[in-house]
Amino acid sequence: MRDAYAEALLELGAKDHRIVVLGADTSVSIKTSLFADRFPDRFFNVGIAEANMIGIASGLALAGKIPFVSTYSAFVPGKCLDQIRNAVAYPNLNVKIVSSHGGLTVGPDGASHQTVEDVAAMRAIPRMNVVVPADAPATKVLVGLASETPGPFYIRLSRPSMPNVYSSSPDLQIGRFKLLREGSDIALIACGTMVNEAMEAADVMSKERISAAVVDSHTVKPIDTEGIIDIAKKTGAIVTAEENNILGGLGSAVAETVSEHYPVHVARIGVRDTFGESGEHAELMAKYGLTSREIVRASKTLISAR
Amino acid sequence: MEQAQIPIGMLLQKAVKIRTDILEMVAEAKSGHPGGSLSAVEILVSLFFYKMHHDPKRPDWPDRDRFVLSKGHAAPVLFSTLAEAGYFPVSELKTLRKMNSRLQGHPDNRIPGVEFPGGSLGIGLSAAIGMALAAKLNKKDYRVYALLGDGELDEGETWEAAMAAPKFKLDNLTAIIDRNGIQQDGLTEQIMPKEPLGYKWKAFNWHVLEVDGFDFRQVVDALDKAENMRNRPTVIIAHTVKGKGVSFMEWDPAYHGKAPDKDTVRKLVETMRQE
Repeated sequence: MRDAYAEALLELGAKDHRIVVLGADTSVSIKTSLFADRFPDRFFNVGIAEANMIGIASGLALAGKIPFVSTYSAFVPGKCLDQIRNAVAYPNLNVKIVSSHGGLTVGPDGASHQTVEDVAAMRAIPRMNVVVPADAPATKVLVGLASETPGPFYIRLSRPSMPNVYSSSPDLQIGRFKLLREGSDIALIACGTMVNEAMEAADVMSKERISAAVVDSHTVKPIDTEGIIDIAKKTGAIVTAEENNILGGLGSAVAETVSEHYPVHVARIGVRDTFGESGEHAELMAKYGLTSREIVRASKTLISAR
Repeated sequence: MEQAQIPIGMLLQKAVKIRTDILEMVAEAKSGHPGGSLSAVEILVSLFFYKMHHDPKRPDWPDRDRFVLSKGHAAPVLFSTLAEAGYFPVSELKTLRKMNSRLQGHPDNRIPGVEFPGGSLGIGLSAAIGMALAAKLNKKDYRVYALLGDGELDEGETWEAAMAAPKFKLDNLTAIIDRNGIQQDGLTEQIMPKEPLGYKWKAFNWHVLEVDGFDFRQVVDALDKAENMRNRPTVIIAHTVKGKGVSFMEWDPAYHGKAPDKDTVRKLVETMRQE
């Protein structure tokens, strides 16, 4: 994902001179240093000073630039709610916050460097768009779309290189989810790393003659209200899956949508309001219930309750 | 040499007008921050009526100089200055803080001439750095001015920004500190000491100037010196008095965020105009 982000920046940077990139002493790790090598005049390393980085991005955007701001999600947005709110979202600026190491993916570094609250926190800020790509090809496409779409964005990337969901450059739109697999018994609506798990879960269930639709809801905000209502009508039950706290993220957005427009049962797979810990990413995903197995279990419970 | 050309009389007149506008608009709104607005009048007048290249008819002119009010609670002095300069009608000032008014309690980009929504303290200098960097990138020669409160210097982001601006050699950036000595809870040196303030900025590699913030010659001279400085940002520590011009407000922390009533203001304004 970081490679895909770096590639996207290089392409965007070559096409559009308004693109500038800011780093906070993590640019080698996130690979925005590749942009710095190619376009040294348009890269600013502000040191370990995330709040200042957001503020500088705000000023650059006010002067017509399209700043991409990147570090680990524990620090941006983690350390800068005020700056993102007041210096970016309130004035509706064209600042793209792309953070890596979201969720539990930073693994061994432990809870201080993991994020389970960033998606919910960004979603609650008016005017902020929130995007959680499923894999490298989706990252490249969504970063490109965010750069073309005016306004503030939070794009949350994960650390490990996971199996790709998409084989090549997918056709995605901000605010419209991507139906990856048709199904009639249950809808699996996932984002980020959990899209792959949802696909696996659908495979498992198909062997048991359960027809599961799979949706990549890469845009968590604005949520695809029409798409969700439509799939709720078709399947009658929804399991959401995200590598994030179940409070306030994708699961909340989906549950809010169906409960207002077309009530169906919803089960949420996610971190259940707790901090993570040190461990390998896969071990943590298993411990905190972020697996295809849990998605299958939740799906069957919903189907049998009908 | 340049000092001979300073239109002191005009600047003094503007200051009286803006000071009375501040009092009237805050009284009308029944809330707001008169103290830190009154202390910054001469600074804003020096910028908007002497130093800055700007055009009220074209607030989006790409080559304009930028002014960032980081101490956004001083919105009344910014709004009255912008109105006096012609960005919007002076009559609109009485809508401050009211429903459906553009004049929010703190600056908002919807208002012509407002560059940045300061108010949450500590964030304005960073934004000013971004604007100054963009000027360098675009090879534009506009200048960026940021007005900071002294209380606001408690915020850590200010010092992140203070460290960054010299790194980027932003000689097109001038920070001005309204050193009125009072923050909301009391005297700055009691709440969180700032001194030795000039040394702090010097240690961060800024070009440091100290002036009497009510003396137009000194303020203007410092702004000119800042413009002539190369490869370094300048900070002007402007020594002021919170509530300047209203005897019972001066040096009283209570008037950080309290509006005087209309009758009191009517009398004050009459006196100020006669003087």
